[in-house]
Amino acid sequence: MPVAIIILIVLGALALGVVFWFIGAYNGLVRLRNQLENAWAQIDVQLKRRYDLIPNLVETVKGYAKHERETLENVIQARNIAMGAKSVGDRAEAENILSGTLKSLFALSEAYPDLKANQNFLKLQEELTSTENKVAFSRQFYNDSVQQLNTSIQMFPTNFVATMFHFTRRDFFEVKEEAVREAPKVSF
Amino acid sequence: MWEQIAANQRRSAVLLTTMVVVLLLLGYIGGEALAPGAGFIGVAIGLVIWLIQLGVYFGAAESVLLAGAGARELKKEDSPRLFNIVEEMVLASGLGRMPRILLIDDPAPNAFAIGRKPDSSAVAVTTGLMHRLDRDELQGVIAHEIGHLKNQDVKFMTLAAVMLGSIVLLSHIVLRTLAFGGRSNRRSDSRGSGGGGQAQLVIFVIAIIFAILGPVFAQILYFACSRKREYLADASAAQFTRYPAGLASALEKIALSSQAVAFANKTTAPMFIVNPLAAAGRGFSLFSTHPATEERIRILRNMGGASLADYESAYKRAKGGALIGPQSLQAAPAQSIRAPSNDGPIESQAGTHAINYRRHGYLPLHCACGLDISVPESYDRDTINCVRCGSDLPIPAVAPAAPAATPKAPPLLGPLQYNRTTAGWESFRCACNRTIQLSPAFAAPHIRCTNCGRSIAIL
Repeated sequence: MPVAIIILIVLGALALGVVFWFIGAYNGLVRLRNQLENAWAQIDVQLKRRYDLIPNLVETVKGYAKHERETLENVIQARNIAMGAKSVGDRAEAENILSGTLKSLFALSEAYPDLKANQNFLKLQEELTSTENKVAFSRQFYNDSVQQLNTSIQMFPTNFVATMFHFTRRDFFEVKEEAVREAPKVSF
Repeated sequence: MWEQIAANQRRSAVLLTTMVVVLLLLGYIGGEALAPGAGFIGVAIGLVIWLIQLGVYFGAAESVLLAGAGARELKKEDSPRLFNIVEEMVLASGLGRMPRILLIDDPAPNAFAIGRKPDSSAVAVTTGLMHRLDRDELQGVIAHEIGHLKNQDVKFMTLAAVMLGSIVLLSHIVLRTLAFGGRSNRRSDSRGSGGGGQAQLVIFVIAIIFAILGPVFAQILYFACSRKREYLADASAAQFTRYPAGLASALEKIALSSQAVAFANKTTAPMFIVNPLAAAGRGFSLFSTHPATEERIRILRNMGGASLADYESAYKRAKGGALIGPQSLQAAPAQSIRAPSNDGPIESQAGTHAINYRRHGYLPLHCACGLDISVPESYDRDTINCVRCGSDLPIPAVAPAAPAATPKAPPLLGPLQYNRTTAGWESFRCACNRTIQLSPAFAAPHIRCTNCGRSIAIL
């Protein structure tokens, strides 16, 4: 009977539609999750790059500002601590401290015009600034991805797919930002 | 953000479908006007034209576009800052792979992005841009271009251009054949009653109207698309950098210089950041590829935060319509604006300080193509030409240096003089107490004191 066949076709089309939507939702969640994990790995890459750049910087500065031993030692110490930190919280804090010491170091260079004009120092300054930016942007992208994933997991009707395949909410990468300090005045 | 791309793609599909419908209608009516029942032949011709154009546009290598531009590909050591900024924006946008970076020698500041496929994506900047913008502004411009790449605008605009080209071509054909073939058709068409003849006339008129208005309508659609994409790229840039004032300031600087980019034409124009053909946002009309620069600057400076939602509300306040649409904004998180970075003088001048003249006798400039140029102090013009890429670098005005490190600056007397007494080694004291030695080989008319920088004439 044609009516039954029509009903069957309509139902079949509906079922097919649901299946397609399902696949699309699942793929979307997978894509978001991979994006997230990639962003996390990127943060790591940039942080490691910073470690590699610091010794060179310290050597360059030493050549011009021999008397600023304390600042230089702070930088090296902070770097070693950060490289040895294990948990995420410790790591985040250590990285923050390292950023602070680097800021002091660059503030120092203001008082040494010879150092400021040195090509090698400028190159390193650019590289370090850029690395800090890259860490910040990777973190930014990671947090944006976390937001997207969490929203998708919670919104209807994608939440069905999410619970079925155990997509869990992720945490943001929060870093307690130190209060913006005044550039320390270096007197000599 | 892939959700926003998905929403964009849906919207693009709608717009392109409209143009396809226009194309097919034109073909059908044109065919019918020529010979009743030949409508479908007209449609077929339209489709063939479209497929050929598609093949031409998508098959052609992108290098053809740049061939007339003299673009050079940059490596990291040529312009580390530009490279770093592109890398930063790739990370912030989640683009995934680094595009090629190209430098074009043109005094007009501009930038563009190309790349139908992720493999062939590239970002190009002109030397005029590199020599004018500081770090935050350059970051804004690059973010805008990366936004184009991320939103797949190039692919979309190329498709739209193909559509437009097909419609224009088809309408040409229809008008031509109607003008010559239509008349003879009607004359020789002795069969058919008066009613049939009238219907034929009506179709004929409709076809002509379509053939004339079709391209105009399609052009308006095309340029509206182009402008919308520019706003979207601005919104993406604000979101990636979290600093809309950077892009706004860059646009202001670009708008100030009213030069046209040498190799740009109406086809390549949509890919630039600011309309390369018009001067400073003037000449804005329905047929402009870019929105007015002042409008874009106003929206950017009016944003309360850095997220897409903030751009949308600023856009609404300025223009009154919706840009992104509430659907895709649901997933956009709220984002605040960051502080400006303070490490960004213009790259070519990053190493310049008064001290360079004093210590070394020259000013180091760095051209974006990778060449380091030493400008002697006696060079008194405003710009210097780079021998590698041919662009002109502006030379910053370096203030005459008062000695910074010595606590007691000696009073600046007139140029000092020293009379040589022998032809061998001689030494004397400068007014700042520095001993200066002259060797027998020294034959110049004056010498510079390395401590205070004063020029002493040797007589």
